[in-house]
Amino acid sequence: MSSFNKGLKLGIPIAMGYIPVSFTFGLMAVQGGLSPWIAVLISLTNLTSAGQFAGTSLIISGGTLPEITLTTFVINIRYMLMSLSLSQKIVPNMPLAEKAVMSFGITDETFSVASLEKEDITFSYMLGIITLPYFGWAFGTLLGASASSLLPQDLKDSMGIALYAMFIALVVPASKKSKAALTVAVVAIAINSMLTWVPYINSLSSGWDIIISTVVACIFGAAVFPAGEVD
Amino acid sequence: MARILTAVFLMAAVTYLPRFLPVALMKGRLKSPFIKSFLYYIPYAVLGAMIFPGILNATGNPVTSVTGMITALILAYFEKGLVTVAVISIIIVYVSGLIVKYF
Repeated sequence: MSSFNKGLKLGIPIAMGYIPVSFTFGLMAVQGGLSPWIAVLISLTNLTSAGQFAGTSLIISGGTLPEITLTTFVINIRYMLMSLSLSQKIVPNMPLAEKAVMSFGITDETFSVASLEKEDITFSYMLGIITLPYFGWAFGTLLGASASSLLPQDLKDSMGIALYAMFIALVVPASKKSKAALTVAVVAIAINSMLTWVPYINSLSSGWDIIISTVVACIFGAAVFPAGEVD
Repeated sequence: MARILTAVFLMAAVTYLPRFLPVALMKGRLKSPFIKSFLYYIPYAVLGAMIFPGILNATGNPVTSVTGMITALILAYFEKGLVTVAVISIIIVYVSGLIVKYF
């Protein structure tokens, strides 16, 4: 099987998992008064879950452009870590143009799947992983945006769980196999909870909370469980 | 409409740049075991922080959100796929919402 086809196959479950989540995004955007084609445009150009949910709710609630840009950016800083991590796994001497295309498709899910690959990541393999999730994300958005008026409110509210359910489906099986990974995830949750609830330190935006929690938990992991399970 | 399109463009830019710049600028392999371990743990830390406590507000009702969280945890523990976990969690949240509302 070519490496593109191999990637394509790995992208199928991600693409299907994106449908309920992007469906929710489409619903949310249209309920907030945006047109369906704007919702699809956001999905085609952003291809991200939390960042575009946050940015779009700010567009809807009348946030200023700097506010929208900064919030989206802060939530997306985690991609710098993923991109850095992938830079260590791609084939040496990948041309810049290929990096430019490939990096557009880095998401929590495509990154997680590509990270688990033993061999070096080639351009065609990564392109394969990205392709179906990209169209799945746009297609789900279109469905959600079109179905908005047909669905009862209770069901629309229930779909808010989809994004989180997908995160849980990614992190739990991996944490079962590694005590270190589980500990790092739990530390990140504990820090994020403190930054959310403890007086005086709960004033940061949730995007900053996620960056701080991630960085501190990874430093903790690297210090307490060094290299043990790397590679 | 111009404001919305500008916002969408800016969002796309600040989503793409963090994805592109590190992989574009980083040449060669990092040697430090500490940094390699740090990078290895990123997916777990990010996903953990993205899940909790944000999930408590996922459905607009803390009770059904927690029900959905427990459902997803159980299904994920038994290594069900992304789609199964997402769809069944939605259904359980919906049903528990009806129960909370009418009983």
